[in-house]
Amino acid sequence: MQALYHRLKALFPLGELTEQRENLVFVTVDAAHLRSLLLQLRDIEGFTHLVLLTAVDWIETGEFQLTYLLGNRAKRQDIGVRVMLSREQATMATIHDLWPTAATYQRELREMFGIDFPQSPGVNEEFILEGWNDIPPYRRDFNTLDYAEATYNDRPGRESRDPATYMREKLYGEGH
Amino acid sequence: MKPELEKRIVKGPDGFEFEVDPIRDYFCETPPTVMTAAYSAIIEKLFNWARAESIWILGFGTGCGAIEMRPLMTPRFDAYRYGVQWRPTPRQSNLFIISGYLSVKTLKRVIRSYEQMQNPKYVVGLGSCTINGGMYWDSYNTIKRLDDYLPVDLYIAGCMPRPEALLAGIVELKKIIRAGKAEGANIYAEKFEWYKANQKRVIHDWDMPDYNW
Repeated sequence: MQALYHRLKALFPLGELTEQRENLVFVTVDAAHLRSLLLQLRDIEGFTHLVLLTAVDWIETGEFQLTYLLGNRAKRQDIGVRVMLSREQATMATIHDLWPTAATYQRELREMFGIDFPQSPGVNEEFILEGWNDIPPYRRDFNTLDYAEATYNDRPGRESRDPATYMREKLYGEGH
Repeated sequence: MKPELEKRIVKGPDGFEFEVDPIRDYFCETPPTVMTAAYSAIIEKLFNWARAESIWILGFGTGCGAIEMRPLMTPRFDAYRYGVQWRPTPRQSNLFIISGYLSVKTLKRVIRSYEQMQNPKYVVGLGSCTINGGMYWDSYNTIKRLDDYLPVDLYIAGCMPRPEALLAGIVELKKIIRAGKAEGANIYAEKFEWYKANQKRVIHDWDMPDYNW
């Protein structure tokens, strides 16, 4: 995978290479070069399969991290291409014309993270949620516990225990 | 409101144009009514005995508990010997087993299915999620108390209960029906406004009639 990284590094401004396993690596690229990098990987390097497209919310640095994971079936290798987006201007170019399945991932990201992919088919349609009226639920500033407490009624009498402490008390009694 | 539910002008095969208001024309908006008991207590007792022996379950799995219903349909557990069977449509069934966690999206389908079932009808909550939210107590899209939205006759606790527990629950439900205490459908009719208000509080895109059998 090092050879692949050096080949790509000559063509695109790539970030550091992160080697997760010997057949799984991650590279970072800026949003403007993503499309040409994906085309290079798909058409020339043999990474023909879009395994997944997912996002991470780095609220501390005010960024979303998109991960495009591509697979090379012949060589049994995977490469993850990471793109950092600003949380305020969460818009990214669509890649549904490279892999049609990307449209579904982009629709999901639009709903769960609020990342927009203009021109992607059906990106503004509801995907899983129906009639959602709060901020996208996978954003880390969405407090799921507060939302659940405000929306759904509790049944009185429910107790929560720390499993480790509870089992210690059950097994050895108080004071151990 | 979905486009297919909006009022529109339709042209019939004979060339006539007429207005269609799907919510009013295709569904019924009349609220449910309370079913009175039979004229004599002994007849009502006979009815309840008969009802307890004819439990037809709607084959609708809402959560992971649905997987516990499948073994009951096999010779190993053979739930049919208790006089129950599964049916593919709400029109033919009178017991709704809410099998595990219930997301708001599924709740909408559950309400529609429940309202299409014939009286008298029963609801069993299977698993902790239907009782107090279970492990989904802090989830943004699953309800925590099933009895806020539907009248529940019986809960089966556990996460998940084994098929044997479900069998025991069915036997227990039969006792409740024979004792004449399974009045879920009547409670739903009596407190219809309260149930509808609770349902509409969590289902934000309410695009169906209030009662749609």
